[in-house]
Amino acid sequence: MISFPDPLLISIAAPLALALAIAMGLPKRWSVRLSYAGFGIPLLCALHVWWHFRDVPKVGGYAFLHDYCTGLENIGIGLKLGVNGIAMPLFVLAGLVGFAAGIFAIRSGAERLKIYLMLLLVMQAGLMGIFASVNVFFLYFFHELALIPTFIMVGVWGGRDRTYAAMTMTVYLTLGAMLSLIGLIAIYVKSGAHSFDLIALREALGARPLGVLTQKHLFGLLLFGFGILVSLWPFHTWAPLGYGAAPSSVAMLHAGVLKKFGLYGLIQVALPLLPAGAPAWSHPLAILAVFGNVVVIGLVTMAQRDLKQMVGFSSVMHMGYAFLGLAAGSALGIGGVVLLMVAHGLSVALLFLLATCVHQRTQTLAMDEMGGLARKAPVLAAFFTAAVFAAIGLPGFANFWGELAIFVALWHYSPALTAVAVTGVVISAIYGLRAAARVLFGEPTEAFERVAAKTPIVDLLWSERIPALVLLAALLFVGFWPRSLARPIDSAVSAPSEAVAYAGR
Amino acid sequence: MDVLTLQHLAAGNAWGAIWPELALGCLALALLALEMVLPREAHRHIPAIAILGQIAVLAALLLHFHGGHPGREIFNGLLLQTVPGQAMRVFFVVSSILVCVLARLTLARQAMPRVEFFHIVLVVSAAMMLLAQSNHFVMLFVALETVTVGFYILVSYSRQSSPTLEAGFKYLVMGALSSALLLFGIVLLYGVAGNPALPGRASSGFGYGEIANFLSANPHNFLASVGIVLVLAGVAFKIGAFPFQFWIPDVYQGAPTPVTAFLAVASKAAGFAVLLGLFHRVFFPYAWLVVPVLSLLAAATIVFGNLAALTQHNVKRLIGLSGVSHAGFLLLGVVASASSSLAVGAVYFYLFAYLLASFAVFGVMAHLAGADDSDQELEHYAGLAKDSPFLGAVLAVGLGSLAGIPPLAGFMGKFFVFVAAFQAHLYALLAIAIGGVVVSIYYYFGWIRKAFFDVPRPDGEPATRPERTPVGAAAAIALGAIALATVVLGFYQGPLGRWLSW
Repeated sequence: MISFPDPLLISIAAPLALALAIAMGLPKRWSVRLSYAGFGIPLLCALHVWWHFRDVPKVGGYAFLHDYCTGLENIGIGLKLGVNGIAMPLFVLAGLVGFAAGIFAIRSGAERLKIYLMLLLVMQAGLMGIFASVNVFFLYFFHELALIPTFIMVGVWGGRDRTYAAMTMTVYLTLGAMLSLIGLIAIYVKSGAHSFDLIALREALGARPLGVLTQKHLFGLLLFGFGILVSLWPFHTWAPLGYGAAPSSVAMLHAGVLKKFGLYGLIQVALPLLPAGAPAWSHPLAILAVFGNVVVIGLVTMAQRDLKQMVGFSSVMHMGYAFLGLAAGSALGIGGVVLLMVAHGLSVALLFLLATCVHQRTQTLAMDEMGGLARKAPVLAAFFTAAVFAAIGLPGFANFWGELAIFVALWHYSPALTAVAVTGVVISAIYGLRAAARVLFGEPTEAFERVAAKTPIVDLLWSERIPALVLLAALLFVGFWPRSLARPIDSAVSAPSEAVAYAGR
Repeated sequence: MDVLTLQHLAAGNAWGAIWPELALGCLALALLALEMVLPREAHRHIPAIAILGQIAVLAALLLHFHGGHPGREIFNGLLLQTVPGQAMRVFFVVSSILVCVLARLTLARQAMPRVEFFHIVLVVSAAMMLLAQSNHFVMLFVALETVTVGFYILVSYSRQSSPTLEAGFKYLVMGALSSALLLFGIVLLYGVAGNPALPGRASSGFGYGEIANFLSANPHNFLASVGIVLVLAGVAFKIGAFPFQFWIPDVYQGAPTPVTAFLAVASKAAGFAVLLGLFHRVFFPYAWLVVPVLSLLAAATIVFGNLAALTQHNVKRLIGLSGVSHAGFLLLGVVASASSSLAVGAVYFYLFAYLLASFAVFGVMAHLAGADDSDQELEHYAGLAKDSPFLGAVLAVGLGSLAGIPPLAGFMGKFFVFVAAFQAHLYALLAIAIGGVVVSIYYYFGWIRKAFFDVPRPDGEPATRPERTPVGAAAAIALGAIALATVVLGFYQGPLGRWLSW
């Protein structure tokens, strides 16, 4: 292996160090230039981790393990970094989406760009940290580190209703985070492991599992805590509101990566540590996910007239599939969820990016007032169409494999629910294709003609093409070569220690 | 009393062990002497001398942190030196340094005698140090009265301002009432412990050890329970726990900002140091009584503090009521300390995080206040972050830490308290605390929103907002240091963490 000190720590420290330098008064020119490195280094680290994941030695399924003391080792808190097969794909996702969002933000020319980039860098560091942490405490800690800048950026740089949106997000997400924090503390105390280290917790709870009733209660607590963070119906109202108001890079990072924290916590912490608690909740969860997230939100998405709101609602809807995979509970279902998390993260980030590009050209987000953009901006149209195809799960894109695995797993769980869930595919095809048709094709509306007459429509700029290309390439890469991610995921969800946890049901 | 007895008593005196208190007392006297000796134009340096002197005491304290006589009773059992007591000494010196820094700002705006203010602050903090180490009810009462009398003067310090005088009067009445409750409780305990008909009779029932022996010999004595409840009520006044919190909004609003900070941080912390000492060293045999009483207080305090703070427009009232909710969280830690080993460390860490965060906020408040110190509205914060990014950042760090948001120290404090509470199986209290945290996010973020997101209306009345004081060098260093410490303590506790989680 090349001497690469600790890619996980570097991926967290580099953006954080730059953010600190900016806060200390780095001149604007240098802040902007160095930001390329601030977002590029985590991506390089992520690719390094992905490339070497197979051949590095692993402890308990975790590669790149490093332990750093922070003074609380007496109560089992320390910055322990490492990635297993579930964390690695998401770590790569965070690197990719962070890079795309970062490049887009640098070139966005936002007001007070320095502060904006600083907050975005803090968020990026938090995102890398979430998926690199083996210590549950730091898992939560990095989530909050990424979450706080989100509130500020929505509140300051956001669009319409930004203050209300920021407040709603803050209260909802704090509630979700507090509930999950209590759940995590409960696991820590009840396990008797005197450690927040996930590996130690697994060993302790593997040797002495908690009582079934306790597991049931704790799983419920974590499910709703994490569920609020992932916009489980009916706790989803913050999501479309927040994404509608958020500046595009923030929406990309939050919808694409940060939101996955809840699912990640359920898969990485709740399921393996509380295996007997999950079955009791799988029915309510499946029903909420199918009828709430997939069907109700799917129909709501169809009714949206605002492009960004539509993307926001569609992301809530797709989280329904992820919950269904969790409810199904088999190794196939869990693996499908992880794959879908990566795929959805890439595709929703791409959609938010392109929605902003469309907005900059048409000066409106109302889809009724758009049309015929494809003639003036063919490259943008091509990207947008591809992004919609990916989002609705067409084969050839990563989303397809995730959804397929989940549906197959769900069939074993309940054929009836699968039948209902599959209607979601039709719903998303309807709203996705209809949006593409309205925005890109057909005759330009009068309102659009007026805007186009005032400011000539330019096609996608390079500063927009590069992030879009990175995301699309990743979607296609996984779509055509799912093994590149499926193998490490498989190794984690069907490893002997976890096999007990996942296959027991 | 013959000479031999006196000699025997004097042998227990360890004057060297209370050198920080003596140093602060001498410094306080020296300030008054300097005012008489120095020419008038040199008087403006006296506050700086006070601050530098305290920094020297702080440095010496930190260097000799493990010196002293941990675990030894001195002055014939009046004082007991412990490691937490040592930590609280550091706490009080730091808070009085910061109060002096703020006072330089606030007093400059008002035509007030200066030197006496610093004198009283120093005396009060010396008394608080003794309070945190007291091991005897007489010592406790004397130290507490020194603190309280000092605060009577400090609260009504701007004597031309009618809100301040009102605050001073209210604090006087309430302080006297709480002292009376405390004293009555102490006397009941003394009386019942001296009853020769009961087992474990104490010869002089003021020492913590003797009372503890008596209480463990009579674990269900009615008079002793009444005494304990009265003592707890007296302490609850000091920490501002429900239902003894009603003086807080008015007094906090009326008192000069540095005094409000001193009351909110040091006085509250002293109350908790006393409460922890009493609970663990004296009242532990009565845990059956103390734990339910404190649990009720904690629950009511969290609920009341947060709900009352929601509707406040005046930031001094807001921070006062949010301080009530913090007292609730701390009480949760005290209750948990009955059965969790982490809880005592958690309470002390919480206090330190609260110290840093509160002074960050009070520091910003002192810069924004005008000649009328009680007129500090939320509206005045509109556009703060744009006009002064430094103050905006300090305010955000302080409020974020009070709200308990990672990566700030306040989060770690809440986290430790919650872990401790979970270890102690206090599930209902935890649920209330979670609700409290979510509500508190709402008002803390409302404040941050004012400073960051809102801009003053262009047509707005600039005349209604007091002129902001520009940030001076000393204040910038102090505020920058506490903001930085708040951030760093949030993820790296280092030796402090090892000490707290022994």
